[in-house]
Amino acid sequence: MKFTEDHEWLRAEGDDLVVVGITEHAAKELGDIVFVELPEIEAMVAHGDEVVVIESVKAASDILAPIDGEIVEVNSKLTENPGLVNADPLGAGWFLKIRVDDLAVLDDFMDEDEYQDMIS
Amino acid sequence: MDDHRSDQLRRLPLHDLHVARGARMVPFAGWEMPVQYDGGVMAEHLHTRTAASLFDVSHMGQVLLRPRNGLDHLTLGLEALVPADIASLPEGRQRYALLTDDSGGIRDDIMVTHRGDHLLLVVNASMREADLAHLRDGLGDSQVEEVADRALLALQGPGAAAALEGVTEGIGRLRFMEARTVPWADAELWISRSGYTGEDGFEISVPRRAAEAFAAAILSHPDVRLAGLGARDSLRLEAGLCLYSQDIDRTTSPVEAGLGWSIGKARRVGGVRAGGFPGADRILRQLERGPRRVRVGLRPEGRAPMRAGTEILAAQGHVGRITSGGFGPSVQAPVAMGYVDVALSAPGTPLLGKVRGQDLPVVVAPLPFVPHSFQR
Repeated sequence: MKFTEDHEWLRAEGDDLVVVGITEHAAKELGDIVFVELPEIEAMVAHGDEVVVIESVKAASDILAPIDGEIVEVNSKLTENPGLVNADPLGAGWFLKIRVDDLAVLDDFMDEDEYQDMIS
Repeated sequence: MDDHRSDQLRRLPLHDLHVARGARMVPFAGWEMPVQYDGGVMAEHLHTRTAASLFDVSHMGQVLLRPRNGLDHLTLGLEALVPADIASLPEGRQRYALLTDDSGGIRDDIMVTHRGDHLLLVVNASMREADLAHLRDGLGDSQVEEVADRALLALQGPGAAAALEGVTEGIGRLRFMEARTVPWADAELWISRSGYTGEDGFEISVPRRAAEAFAAAILSHPDVRLAGLGARDSLRLEAGLCLYSQDIDRTTSPVEAGLGWSIGKARRVGGVRAGGFPGADRILRQLERGPRRVRVGLRPEGRAPMRAGTEILAAQGHVGRITSGGFGPSVQAPVAMGYVDVALSAPGTPLLGKVRGQDLPVVVAPLPFVPHSFQR
């Protein structure tokens, strides 16, 4: 699993998919999440595009696409049960899957130790 | 951390207690305030509605008004600044009042308590300096004194009375909007049965030196937990209560805000002390003829919260704006308040709210979203 400076995690799946979610640290900082707006599937996104809107009790925040690619799947369970992001951010609370040209893009991101250093 | 900014912020008397109990401290109205503790806003909100929560609201201004020419002179002097009936306020009672301005807007919303030979006001944190100046200006022949050595705590929820009984026996006999001075240890507590969550509860002014011991005594009750500003905001929103500078300000009149009930009968047209407060002509005319726009409850139909500032639309275009909005943990859905044209203010009226460029359905709803449970 890899991590971004924006507190997202990235996990390779199969030959060309990257699953994206937010870290436990981010979920705790955001507080109780009450609404998640997910992107359309088959949308092409570029690094830095707003792809997900998260609303906590307190405020709205955006999740930016960490990499270029095509959105092939979204976690539609979050629409009815946004609290999954707080309950299981690294598992059932995933947001979306992006198809990439080359999984080597993941090499540029932090590993877990580096991420833990960043937030500590 | 940002030390420079922290230096500018005022610290609560119970600052160390908040930090020790896991508070996340944020800047608010010039103070370093607990926005939430470890359990989070949702849990604190729900705990308040089912048990009891202790809120630190010491950032609010406590102001003593002492007469120099008799209390009657002082109460009439205050009536020249607010449309509430202060002259008939009995000793040991509290009343909600609005400081109005000459154009009929609201300078602040305050609580006024009759404490025998003087009045106690509680004013909003963001307005305390402006209010003090305004009061000194308007009440020149009375003493206007800011209370600097007291904390203010709110104990709110259906379990509040039982928890406070354990600390000061007999307090449960107090009724809603009654106030009493109670000795505790070697301190004097100023307690009123009031609050801003829609629940039964108390506000307790406690001397700074006794605040920590008093808070610890209340928190030793198994039903009582700390709650922060985040829960206070979602609770008051569900209860349909206005937040100054958001739902009411100098651009909103008491009548538009649905606060006409706070204008005493004696102060209205035909009353024994009709008018005589800033903006009286406009406010009393609006009370008779009705306003053009009015504050309403709004229920977004989807799950997306509609926050303050969201534009409200109908077929004819722009018809209003949301002034407070978020997720209601007890309602389990997004809730909001805002101003709309009076023709569109009936509960059930379908409208649209513009969220991130999309027009989403929202329906006018009765306030409060959660029934009040005051002990009248």
